[in-house]
Amino acid sequence: MATAEVEHTARTLADHLPVLQILVPFVAAPLIVLFGNRALAWPLAFIASAIAFVISCLLLAQVIDGGFISYAIGGWAPPLGIEYRVDATNALLLFLISGISTVALPYAFTSIRSEVPKRNHTLFYACYMLCFTGLLGVVITGDAFNVFVFLEISSLSTYVLVAQGAGRDKRALTAAYDYLIMGTIGATFFVIGLGMLYMSTGTLNMADLADRIADQGGNRTIRAAFAFIVVGMGLKVALMPLHLWLPNAYTFAPSAVTVFLAATSTKAAVYVLLRFMFSVYQPPFVFEVNTLYFIFIPFALLAMFVASFVAVFQSDFKRMLAYSSIAQIGYMLLGIAMLNTSGLTATVVHMFNHGITKGVLFMGVGALVLRAGSSFYDSIAGLGRRMPLTGAAIVVGGLSLIGVPGTAGFVSKWMLVQAAFENGFWWIAILVVLSSLLAVAYVWRVFEVIYLKEPAADAPRGDPPLPMLIPMLILAGACLWFGIDTQLTIGAAHTAAESLLEGSFGMAPSAAAVTETLGH
Amino acid sequence: METSTAIFLSMLIPTAAAAGNMVWRNQPNLRDGFTFVCAVLTFLCVLVVLDNVGSGSTLPITILEVFPGVDLAFNVEPLGLLFAIIASGLWILTHIYGVGYMRGNDEKHHARFFACFAVAIAAVMGIAFSANMFTLFLFYEILTVSTYPLVAHKGTPEAIKGARTYLTILIGTSIALQLTAIIWTFTLAGTLDFKIGGILDGNVEGFMVPLLLGLYAFGIGKAALMPFHRWLPAAMVAPTPVSALLHAVAVVKAGVFTMLKVGIYIFGIDFLAETGASEWLMWLAAYTIIAASVVAMTKDNLKARLAYSTVSQLAYITLGMALATQMGAIGGGMHIAMHAMGKITLFMCAGSIYVAYHKTEISDMTGLGRIMPITFLSFLIGALSIIGLPPLGGSWSKWLLLVGAVDAGHQIIIAVLMISSLLNVAYLLPVVGRGFFLGDTKGKPVAEAPIMCWAPPAITAIGCIVLFVYAGYIETFLTPIAAAAN
Repeated sequence: MATAEVEHTARTLADHLPVLQILVPFVAAPLIVLFGNRALAWPLAFIASAIAFVISCLLLAQVIDGGFISYAIGGWAPPLGIEYRVDATNALLLFLISGISTVALPYAFTSIRSEVPKRNHTLFYACYMLCFTGLLGVVITGDAFNVFVFLEISSLSTYVLVAQGAGRDKRALTAAYDYLIMGTIGATFFVIGLGMLYMSTGTLNMADLADRIADQGGNRTIRAAFAFIVVGMGLKVALMPLHLWLPNAYTFAPSAVTVFLAATSTKAAVYVLLRFMFSVYQPPFVFEVNTLYFIFIPFALLAMFVASFVAVFQSDFKRMLAYSSIAQIGYMLLGIAMLNTSGLTATVVHMFNHGITKGVLFMGVGALVLRAGSSFYDSIAGLGRRMPLTGAAIVVGGLSLIGVPGTAGFVSKWMLVQAAFENGFWWIAILVVLSSLLAVAYVWRVFEVIYLKEPAADAPRGDPPLPMLIPMLILAGACLWFGIDTQLTIGAAHTAAESLLEGSFGMAPSAAAVTETLGH
Repeated sequence: METSTAIFLSMLIPTAAAAGNMVWRNQPNLRDGFTFVCAVLTFLCVLVVLDNVGSGSTLPITILEVFPGVDLAFNVEPLGLLFAIIASGLWILTHIYGVGYMRGNDEKHHARFFACFAVAIAAVMGIAFSANMFTLFLFYEILTVSTYPLVAHKGTPEAIKGARTYLTILIGTSIALQLTAIIWTFTLAGTLDFKIGGILDGNVEGFMVPLLLGLYAFGIGKAALMPFHRWLPAAMVAPTPVSALLHAVAVVKAGVFTMLKVGIYIFGIDFLAETGASEWLMWLAAYTIIAASVVAMTKDNLKARLAYSTVSQLAYITLGMALATQMGAIGGGMHIAMHAMGKITLFMCAGSIYVAYHKTEISDMTGLGRIMPITFLSFLIGALSIIGLPPLGGSWSKWLLLVGAVDAGHQIIIAVLMISSLLNVAYLLPVVGRGFFLGDTKGKPVAEAPIMCWAPPAITAIGCIVLFVYAGYIETFLTPIAAAAN
């Protein structure tokens, strides 16, 4: 049965995996600061990230066929204690976030040395670990307020990380400041929404919230809370027109930070939206308020077209990719708005596929920046020929961004168009494919710049050092691999979509007993 | 050898050739020799498949399931096998020709050129052996992407502009229209497998049938149906071997091959005939045949003239499918082979003229026939085959298309085919006439292009004659694709 709780008894180390997933990177952060040694910072961060990745694989293996793991922090049973809850939806994201972090760290090792002043390196890795912890926590937790706490942990450390780009370009400081203001507004909206929910239900555990909202029906406070949460998360997701923080933050952050953020942070925010729309508020509720049809579809389409159109006319590779990210968020939201299994599968699988696609592209930009000093089209002209492997990785990533068959991006686009047809929204199907033609335009412009323009006579030669090159090639390989073998991605996304549409799993049987004794 | 092994090898060997080209990029003889061996081996693999399967069909060999209900799978059926034989066989000749052309012309970036060429061939093999529309689409797009660097090869602003047109139209139509059609088909029929008699019968009706067919017909941009034919003349900026193999044989044939596959195995000929959904397509194809021929007459650049001639000839094959009769489908299938052999001859001759004398305009070729007699004789034979005169291969496919038009009861189409033949005469033969009979070449010795340039077109010209004799085999070979439906 899909909704069954996976057998889980907290006796061996393996039973503590959900909490270790968070604890390992969380402990690594202060350790890095306490050691205070530049040489030790990177190895510690990398080991913590690798362990987190292994844990995420183990968790994903347990829930990929359905069911969930409920873990009570400190043995305090939910709904009073904090619950971590792993199912196919967030297990896939844990896998993505920890996987990207693990390949981005070797990349950062070289990239950071050329972009961030030496004295900041130790603190940089500490912040990186905090940001990583925060993103994992947002995804794994089953407690609504805990989402907010982790969201703030990741956001605050992200502001610091973005500001580290000031070594290369001072505008990173204003970018970080903008992001701080906008991110705080978003978080405030979110926490106001949570406050309203707590006020009318008296609980913060997501499963418990779901049961009580279902009992009470939609009173006005609960509806208002929904609006606050969607807007707050909309800011974090960079849902157009709430996207203004994103282009600058991505453009001016250090390359390694952009890789990590672009591949993971907006995805975590999309996940929170999904969780609230489908698990906390039941699907019929979301459906009744028509938020999806009248807000998500128009804004998603707006993002797909306007942001892609803006991307076509950028003259900076990194900035172009940032606008493309905003457009791709549109695809994810559109998938949610389809409200069927294929649509949600498309959303979940696109979070993953777009994560690895943007990962490889931003890594490629970072490599170009390392050699050419800037990512403007003028300065990277002809570099694809001088840096053959970097160029090849960028081509693979670009094709995946367009959604050429055989690449990861195609898989998610296929599911999205199929979802539109299943709903009979053929005009949406057509708009989706038309918007990917805009992607052809902006991606091909880059290909022409890096391959067909003559490189300057003094243009640098050679691919970046191996620590940058290998992660890039691994992700490029992943773009191709997940474009053909979709067992893992579509498999997990399909399970996730089905369980999301079923609504909340309800309280775990162990926790339900507690609720019973408390008497409500 | 197992059939499945041979199929995989026919795709893997060209891929290996591409890799070899990148590894030995600075050793021209080793590199080109290796590619030649790969080309021969690929052809042999396809012959093994022919020997094992004959004109039968195999069950799909599934590699893996990509989406629920959609597999990456290959199988063998007569039409695809015929296409594979043509493409792999002509690759050998084109490779020899290509080496002669690239060296004789001092082109740059040989390794990249031959590597992309080999990838394109691998993609063509994938198209020929795909067992469902998804697999076909996958390789169709790989073919587009891998031929883009070939079109942009020279790197001049003109080449980049041409390549941009090429890419915009091919990727644009395939993603915007064809992909939509494929996913729509999947939601209607629940499968994308190629099945004789089609998969759509009973799943779609009314005006949706011609609409879906339209999404396919325009979405298959490689078939160069008007108004999406502009990429083909634009692609002529590519070096001539590319124009010869890819834009007269592999790429455009992949287009019309897909068109036939969609007509025969997705819609089903009987379903098309019952619903009359393809009638508008038939008229559009007829229009393309005439209009492209007329445009071809106005072109003085030889390659541009041949490009428009190709647009016109491709529409024959689309017409064969749209007639929705057995003979039409078989005639269309056979025309893939006949036109490939004829047109590749013409392109290679055009390239030889360019290598030897750097002439591209027809008006500059006065008297050249007496200086390059073998090249111009080959051109004549190829031209006659395109026109459709016996004893050359092209006459049979045109004959079958005529029979198909009679079966369908469309007299006007018969007239269109006749007029088109006359127009072919009008734009192809003056090239030969000017070469042999006009101008003054006294005192100039006979001087052909290097042997690697003139021999391959001479061989394909002979091939045109051989195909005339063996056309019966091809017809019998192709019969299963149309017969089993009833």
